[in-house]
Amino acid sequence: MPVVMEADRIARTLVRIAHEVVERNRGAADIALVGIRTRGVPIAKRIARHLTEIDGRDVPTGSLDITLYRDDLMRHPVGPQPVLRRTEIPFSIDDRRILLVDDVLYSGRTIRAALDALIDFGRPRSIQLIVLVDRGHRELPIKADYVGRNVPTSLRESVQVRLAEVDGVDEVRVVDDAAASDPPGAGPGGGGGKHPRGERP
Amino acid sequence: MSAPSPAGGTERDAPPLSRLRSKHLLSAADLNAEEIVLLLDTAEAMQEIGTRRIKKVPALRGKTVVNLFLEPSTRTRTSFEIAEKRLSADTLNIAGSASSLVKGETLADMARTLEAMAPDLLVVRHAYSGACDLLARICDARVVNAGDGMHEHPTQALLDAFTIRAHKGSIAGLKVAIVGDLLHSRVLRSNILLLRALGADVWLCGPSTLMLPGSDRFGVHATTAIDEAVADADVVMLLRVQFERMHGGFFPSVREYFEMFGITAERLRRARPDAIVMHPGPMNRGVEIASDVADGPDSVILEQVANGVAIRMAVLYLLAGVEADEVEP
Repeated sequence: MPVVMEADRIARTLVRIAHEVVERNRGAADIALVGIRTRGVPIAKRIARHLTEIDGRDVPTGSLDITLYRDDLMRHPVGPQPVLRRTEIPFSIDDRRILLVDDVLYSGRTIRAALDALIDFGRPRSIQLIVLVDRGHRELPIKADYVGRNVPTSLRESVQVRLAEVDGVDEVRVVDDAAASDPPGAGPGGGGGKHPRGERP
Repeated sequence: MSAPSPAGGTERDAPPLSRLRSKHLLSAADLNAEEIVLLLDTAEAMQEIGTRRIKKVPALRGKTVVNLFLEPSTRTRTSFEIAEKRLSADTLNIAGSASSLVKGETLADMARTLEAMAPDLLVVRHAYSGACDLLARICDARVVNAGDGMHEHPTQALLDAFTIRAHKGSIAGLKVAIVGDLLHSRVLRSNILLLRALGADVWLCGPSTLMLPGSDRFGVHATTAIDEAVADADVVMLLRVQFERMHGGFFPSVREYFEMFGITAERLRRARPDAIVMHPGPMNRGVEIASDVADGPDSVILEQVANGVAIRMAVLYLLAGVEADEVEP
């Protein structure tokens, strides 16, 4: 299982994305970040720090749990429910430029759910999408505005993002999981194709 | 109980899955400690939805919930209904007086009629203990007990536990004094089961005529001395004197009851300084609780009502995920 991004590459990538955000938005005014749980949240916080370093402004950061908006939520013929986590968006998103942050972009279904959820919080001026890894295989017409790295993958592979805040280490790997093959849309995630570690043989 | 959550580093796109073992929520005894914590955690996440501008999520879109309330109820019925609407379920309300039960239809026949319309969830309030179990046996739908006679009221106990946890951080080791009409209280029976499962030290107090029979089986203390029950309590929970279920004299007068068992500011001083005062409602002011305590700084009574919505959302969400005739995958 090859490592496609190691710690310093991830660090440099997030600094680069922060610069791109400032360039495209001509500063960091009115910007707020919303990380998608779980690993979008620490990425959003790191980018917020970089934006403050570059632009001098505090950038509000929130976290979003998209569980209740999943398109496959009640579609399991049998079975348990995904565990719900807290959504925390402690600021008004009205008229802000919202940077939605996730670790891996795959089918696009998670982002679709996140967009639906965000709109329930208000009417942002714009929503832009930041992902650390784009692995392809989109099932919905969704495209990221800022991509850390494009990683071509096959459907039999999954992308594992580990972050220091959650996993104790920064690293992105591509894993061949033929055994636990999970076509996008069919798995419990309907999208990410990122398997929880420990589920693999 | 739950599908094993993958060790550490769980991901949103393949989140840890959890389930309740039981298809129905008929009794607090259906839940083990792990399931109770899952429900409370889920309710905590649900609570945030109530703070949004659009207080609605699509989780139960396309699910039908029938609220079968065959006994008067304000807070429980509205609380369930708000919870259902916030989860985008389609809801249907049947009240006792407006149902065909007044034409002599039996509860079982009514249940079969409802069943023919294939609801996903049935929320039931009934004056007879065991009515929910009967419906659960007949119906394919998942049944939530919203209070059956003198038996149980599990969602009330869950919201009480949720409220206690929100104030005290955890429940294990807390002294919880439950004072009032113990005999007629379904809230009490559910609360004992739940609080004991979570490791609380439960004290019951009331007149000997209104004691819970066989309370020693539940591992709780029982006393008629209110000062003993309230001493150093972390939580003082009052139970309503249920005059409507009393046929005959259980105590000489309301005034004497209040003298002996009513919670006043003075009595409350024996509890811990940070004690909270709870009441499942509706309150009899001047009977089990003095007005200034009910409205005082230690009272969390209205918080209990507010928390009821989040708890019921959690219950509906988690039960809706368990399919009928489910088998372990």
